[in-house]
Amino acid sequence: MTDNTLEENETIEMKLLLEAIHLKYGYNFKDYANAHTKRRLRNRLKMSGMTTYTDMMRRIIYDEPFFNELLMDLSINVTEMFRDPWFYLKVREELIPRLKTYSFIKVWHAGCSAGQEVYSMSILLEEEGMKKRSQVYATDFNELILEKAKAGIYPLDVMKTYTSNYQKAGGTGDFSDYYTADDKNVILKRGLREKVLFSSHNLVTDGVFGEMHLIFCRNVLIYFNRKLQNQVLQLFYDSLIPGGYLCLGSKESLKFTDFTDRFDVVSKKEKIYRKKLMAE
Amino acid sequence: MNTVKTYQALVIGVSAGGLAALKAVLPGLSARMDQPVIVVQHMSPDSDDFLVQYFDKLCSQSVKEAEDKLPICKGTIYFAPPNYHLLVEDDKSFALSTAERVQYSRPAIDVLFETAADVYKQGLVGVILTGANADGTKGVTAIRAKGGFTIAQSPKTAEAKTMPGSAIEAGVDMVLDLEEIAPFINRLMSKGAALD
Repeated sequence: MTDNTLEENETIEMKLLLEAIHLKYGYNFKDYANAHTKRRLRNRLKMSGMTTYTDMMRRIIYDEPFFNELLMDLSINVTEMFRDPWFYLKVREELIPRLKTYSFIKVWHAGCSAGQEVYSMSILLEEEGMKKRSQVYATDFNELILEKAKAGIYPLDVMKTYTSNYQKAGGTGDFSDYYTADDKNVILKRGLREKVLFSSHNLVTDGVFGEMHLIFCRNVLIYFNRKLQNQVLQLFYDSLIPGGYLCLGSKESLKFTDFTDRFDVVSKKEKIYRKKLMAE
Repeated sequence: MNTVKTYQALVIGVSAGGLAALKAVLPGLSARMDQPVIVVQHMSPDSDDFLVQYFDKLCSQSVKEAEDKLPICKGTIYFAPPNYHLLVEDDKSFALSTAERVQYSRPAIDVLFETAADVYKQGLVGVILTGANADGTKGVTAIRAKGGFTIAQSPKTAEAKTMPGSAIEAGVDMVLDLEEIAPFINRLMSKGAALD
């Protein structure tokens, strides 16, 4: 077999595998960024000791715990509290004063992973006196990671970074007031969860989440191809009130999407956008 | 049979000592070279765009930070953004990822080289410069497996020898002193390599 035929066959096997995941478990990875998916599947294949994607497909269909491991590979869950501190500083200084003009705000963290950025925003809302006037929704398609988010328990060794991020993000208190620690982990204070509703929501297959003032979706869209990016941005557009805000990851933008004309740029570096007031 | 292959893209991986090494390579690339150049320089997660600004002034090509979904253009030098892995997609555009570090690094050279090798296949040239870890070794192996061409900086001219040393141990097509690299690439990219 030539190299080209081998590659072609591998591509066919991968497509069938993704189809099998969709049919069996309902998760649709077919419009994820291809290079990313290929890399993750290859790594898992290597680690599992199997040699072909067809073998792996069979295992996925019959062995749910194995599929759950793969699901963790395909959904990237690397994040921090106050990740990109300058972004949270901008939210505090620029967005919060604007949001204070509303009597009540709804915030959606789409693709909230293990909750680090949700709790960062909870702290910010509390310090800015907005907590009582807000409802926060935190969603992810991965139920295992959502359980971690609800628990709000993080390893002790990341706290140094989180604390430093908190300070750089303009934190007004003492970060250690927000958690209790044992010798391995920290558990965030229950109060930070008071206004947060965690629920399962799949950006690829589920619908509008209504009347949001602010949507965070940071470092999620990079895993989607352009078609799926546009589909998900439509979902955000429809879920935002006119004049509502959308926050993307620091290296994401609307530049290569169909939505450049429907949002204003609030802050270029921090990737904060605002849905235009009037439909054009 | 004497076939000439033409190369479509150049990828460069560099770590500790990178600024001086890149300064000896990038400004030396010919203005006539129209293949894209994609660079992973290991750096701290909160770095700014200093490297992009700095080399844009020094190089005849335009120098940019790679963005998600950006189509890869000829005659441009791209740097991977800090704290993101840089991947090449089938349609020759960039993708970014925040996945866990590879070889303690994000961006990782292996991630760029492996995904670029998948896309450019035998049309890819990969260069490993100075560095103090083993990132890029899997990458050059992937490039060679697809029929691309690989170069390592000679460890004796490298500020940190581990990274080129590790690549050489795994196997590269050519080992060159730092100052030989740009002239060699200019010849390689303009003529391709004459193969027996």
